[in-house]
Amino acid sequence: MTQSSALTSTGDPHARPEGWQGIAADWSSDQRAFKNVPWGKAMMWIFLLSDTFIFSCFLLSYMTVRISTTVPWPYPSEVFALTIGGQSIPLILIAIMTFILISSSGTMAMAVNFGYRHDRVKSAVLMLVTAAFGATFVGMQAFEWTKLIMEGVRPWGNPFGAAQFGSSFFMITGFHGFHVSVGVVFLIIVARKVWRGDYDRNVRGFFTSRKGNYEAVEIMGLYWHFVDLVWVFIFAVFYLW
Amino acid sequence: MAQSEGQKVEGQQHPIGIYFKIWGLLFILSAFSYMVDYFHIESYLRWFLILLFMMLKAGLIVAVFMHMLWERLAMMFAILLPPILVLVFVAIMVFESDYTFFTRGIFFAVGS
Repeated sequence: MTQSSALTSTGDPHARPEGWQGIAADWSSDQRAFKNVPWGKAMMWIFLLSDTFIFSCFLLSYMTVRISTTVPWPYPSEVFALTIGGQSIPLILIAIMTFILISSSGTMAMAVNFGYRHDRVKSAVLMLVTAAFGATFVGMQAFEWTKLIMEGVRPWGNPFGAAQFGSSFFMITGFHGFHVSVGVVFLIIVARKVWRGDYDRNVRGFFTSRKGNYEAVEIMGLYWHFVDLVWVFIFAVFYLW
Repeated sequence: MAQSEGQKVEGQQHPIGIYFKIWGLLFILSAFSYMVDYFHIESYLRWFLILLFMMLKAGLIVAVFMHMLWERLAMMFAILLPPILVLVFVAIMVFESDYTFFTRGIFFAVGS
C-alpha cells in the first residue's frame, strides 16, 4: 500500500509540480504518466481518442465529397423536415433528438456524482433514465432512417440531389447510432451492478473477474458523454451545413 | 488499493449544481444553433454561428461533464492535442476537394 502510493501518487496530486513543469515531470518520471487517474479511466480516454479519429475520418470524407461534387447537395433543412399539424417544421426531429441526447448526458453526469457518494439507488436509477433516453434516441434514428428509405434515399443515390448524400448519411448516423446502442447495453449492465451493490461488496465482474469500484460509473459516463459529443459535431456539420 | 470504509466521497466530486448549470447552457446553445437553421441565416454568418455553438457545446461537455477541467495538464495535452492536429487534415482535404471541384467544372463544361 505504501509502496504503491509512493509509486503512483494517487493520494495528493498537488504534491506534484503544476503547469508545464508538471507535464515534463509526469511524462519523464519513468512511471505511469497519468498520475491521479485510475488506469481504467486512462484507457477509456485513449479508446475515445481513437474513436475520435474514426469519426473524424467519416466527417472528413463527407466534407470532401460534399465540397467536390458538382451536383447540388440535398437541402438538409427540407429533407429532415416533419409535417406536424399540417405545418412543415424544418429539422424538428433532429432538434428533438439533440435535446434528448443532451438530457441523457445531464442524467449521466449526475449518476457519476451519486455513484461516488455511494448513493446506489439514485445512481442506478439515473443510469437507467440515461439508458431510456438513449433507447428513445435510437428509436427516433430508426424512424428517420425508415422515412428516408421510403422516400427513396439509398447509399448509391437519392431523389433530392448528390448521390453521396445517402452514403454519408447512412455511414455517419449508422455508426453513431451503433455507439449509442452499445452504450445503452453497457449502461444497463453497470446500473445493475450499482443497484446490487457489487462495488461496495467487492464482487468480481462476470467478464474480467476483477473487483470493481465506482470509477466504473465515471468510465461509463466518459463513453456516454463522448457519444453526445460526437452528435454535437454531426448535428453541426451534417444537418446544419 | 484504497478502501472506502468510513470515507464516503472519492474520485471526481463536485457540487451537483454545476451539472444543472452546464445542462441548461447546453440546452440554450442547442436551441440557438437550431434557430440558425430555422431563421435561414445564410453564408459566413451561418458558418460562424454554427461552428461557434458547436465548439462551445463540445468544450462544455469535455470540460465539465467529462471532468477534463480538473485533470492534470499531462492528461489534457495527451487527449486534446491529437484531435486538434486533425485540423491540418481538414485543411488539406478542403484544398484537395476544392481542386477536384474545379477540375470537374472544367471537364464537365468542355465535355470529353
